[in-house]
Amino acid sequence: MATKKREMEAQEKKEVQSEGKEPTREGFWFRPLVDIFETEAGITLRCDMPGVGKDGLDIDLREDVLTVTGKVEAAQQARQRIHSEYEVGGFTRQFQVGEAIDQNKITANLSDGVLTVHLPKAEKLKPRKIEVTAI
Amino acid sequence: MRRDLERVFGSRSLLPAQTVFPAINIYDDGEAFVARAELPGVTPESLDITATGSTFTIKGERKAFEAPEGASWHRRECDCGKFSRSFRLPDPIDSGKVKASFKNGVLELLLPRAQTAQARKVSIQ
Repeated sequence: MATKKREMEAQEKKEVQSEGKEPTREGFWFRPLVDIFETEAGITLRCDMPGVGKDGLDIDLREDVLTVTGKVEAAQQARQRIHSEYEVGGFTRQFQVGEAIDQNKITANLSDGVLTVHLPKAEKLKPRKIEVTAI
Repeated sequence: MRRDLERVFGSRSLLPAQTVFPAINIYDDGEAFVARAELPGVTPESLDITATGSTFTIKGERKAFEAPEGASWHRRECDCGKFSRSFRLPDPIDSGKVKASFKNGVLELLLPRAQTAQARKVSIQ
C-alpha cells in the first residue's frame, strides 16, 4: 500500500436518505464516507467530515447504536456563488455497536476534517495467552 | 448545476460521474473570488497552490492510512492518492495577493481580482 501512488477520483457526496421518515432538519445532510478496521484490541472508524469542527460534532451512543453527527456552519451567505460542484451540509451516519465493544471506553478524535472513533473490545473478549505455571 | 439537472431529469444515473478531484465551489464578493474545496485527511503541508493570470492550481496528496498490522478491513470508502486541479476564473487575479487557509479539512483560497479587472464606478458629470 505504501508504494502505491495513484490519482484520486471524486466520489459524489451522498445525501442522507430519510427512509420513509419526513426530514425535519433544514439544509443538506450527507452520509460521510467511512473506513472501518478491526484489530485484536478493537474497532476503529474513520469518517470524512470536511468542515466539521469540534463544536459542531456530536457523538451519541444509545441502545447499541453509535450516531455521529457533524454540523457545518453555513458561511459564504453574503457572497454570490458563481460556480458550484458540491453542496455544503452536515454529516450524519449510524453504526451498530456489537457486544464485543466496551461501550464505556470509546474515544474519539477530530483532525483535518477526519473523525476517528476507537471502540475497544471488552477485556473478556480479547484473546488471552494463558501462562502455564509448573507446580 | 448538477442538482438542477437532477431536478429536471429526476435521476442521478443519467448524469456522468464526476471524476475530477477535488470538487470546487467558487464565490464572488466583488473585489475577490473565493474558492473552496473539501479535502478531508489532507495535511496543509502537502498542498501546493499556484496562481497565474486568471488560473489557479491546487495540487496535493492524501496519504494512504496505514492500519496496524493484522488489522482486517470492514469498510474502505475513503479514497487516497494524488490530485491536481486547475481552474480558470472569469477575470485575471492578482497572484501576489492570493491567500490560502485550511480549516477542518476545507481549503479556502482568497483570489483578489487584478486592479485592471476591478470594475470602476464612473460618476456622471
